[in-house]
Amino acid sequence: MTGNDWPLWEVFVRSRRGLSHSHAGSLHAPDATMALRQARDLYTRRSEGVSIWVVPSSQVTASSPDEKDSFFEPAADKPYRHPTFYEIPEGVRHL
Amino acid sequence: MTTAPAVGNATDTADSGTGTGTGTGIDPRLAAFDAAVAADSRIEPRDWMPDAYRATLIRQMAQHAHSEIIGMQPEANWITRAPSLRRKAILMAKVQDEAGHGLYLYSATETLGAARDELLDKLHTGRQRYSSIFNYPTLTWADVGAIGWLVDGAAITNQVPLCRCSYGPYARAMVRICKEESFHQRQGYELLLALSRGTPAQHAMAQDAVDRWWWPSLMMFGPPDDESGHSAQSMAWKIKRHSNDELRQRFVDICVPQAEILGLTLPDPALRWNEERGSHDYGPIDWTEFQEVLRGNGPCNEQRITQRRRAHEEGEWVREAATAYAAKHEGVRK
Repeated sequence: MTGNDWPLWEVFVRSRRGLSHSHAGSLHAPDATMALRQARDLYTRRSEGVSIWVVPSSQVTASSPDEKDSFFEPAADKPYRHPTFYEIPEGVRHL
Repeated sequence: MTTAPAVGNATDTADSGTGTGTGTGIDPRLAAFDAAVAADSRIEPRDWMPDAYRATLIRQMAQHAHSEIIGMQPEANWITRAPSLRRKAILMAKVQDEAGHGLYLYSATETLGAARDELLDKLHTGRQRYSSIFNYPTLTWADVGAIGWLVDGAAITNQVPLCRCSYGPYARAMVRICKEESFHQRQGYELLLALSRGTPAQHAMAQDAVDRWWWPSLMMFGPPDDESGHSAQSMAWKIKRHSNDELRQRFVDICVPQAEILGLTLPDPALRWNEERGSHDYGPIDWTEFQEVLRGNGPCNEQRITQRRRAHEEGEWVREAATAYAAKHEGVRK
């Protein structure tokens, strides 16, 4: 491994307490410690975060865009999972 | 399921193709791509996309990333000579931002399958370009102000529509960049205002900087619409949302009243309000100069690339040390 092929890391930033970490971007770094430091300099120069996760990009398992229709299809024909599916008479409150 | 970093940078991008018909009609993958673009949806890294769309994005995004990195040089030239600690701190923060912008854009370009070292190599060997605006020298302190106001101002005018670009990673990088650029533009304007309202010598220095940066800034929008080779296809793909001339006009109209408040003159005798068009008319642009700078004959082309290569080579031992340290500690953990 030379300086030019450091692994890629995905960076997740928690913008403030109470919120979950969200994906901010990615960067190259030789190890996790350097990835964290570089993520701080790259993605939180304006106090955008109170916590950072870095994950090697190669460790992310993703669903494939090619199978998106069949993969997510089971949810498509179940509108009764949404509250708007149900008809409730006018005047019923707190429901 | 496949293992690939789909959240951000997929190196194993999905198959792409020329999108030619399969014989039984239009390729369904091309139809899905066209439908997504038409619906103002976003194309993401592992989606199928036409080869030409991918190549156009790599060319444009790499050039954009390189511009941010080369753009650090003309301003860094003044860090040691900033007139106050306040101005020095501001300028260092701005130059650091430019490095950050370059890195966001390199990462976004890598989602298309271009490797980082390959991109840097193409910059260093002149096979990919950067914005020709950075081949002009920064002769006085006022140039730092003119770059912030005019060069960053033109860049913002170009970049705001890119926040809605059809390619997701590029659009997301641009949202972040545009937020940060507005500080760049305002610090430049404030700097010029201080000089303009200062001593007669300071005022003259500000005017001279605006005189030199105005026309190159207008050229940043690229050739006129009828001579712009890539424009029509980029607009059809919604990579680009407005034509070069449209954005240039918008920039001129924004700058005229700002120059008045600065108390500085824009160096164009033909510049005047056109009631009928509801816009300012401006004089002809000297495109031969633009072409010369593009060809490598600008005042600083050689210097910028030499400096970039030197910075990269001089950083080699740091990269090697970090790599060795990582390898050593990886060994300890095992």
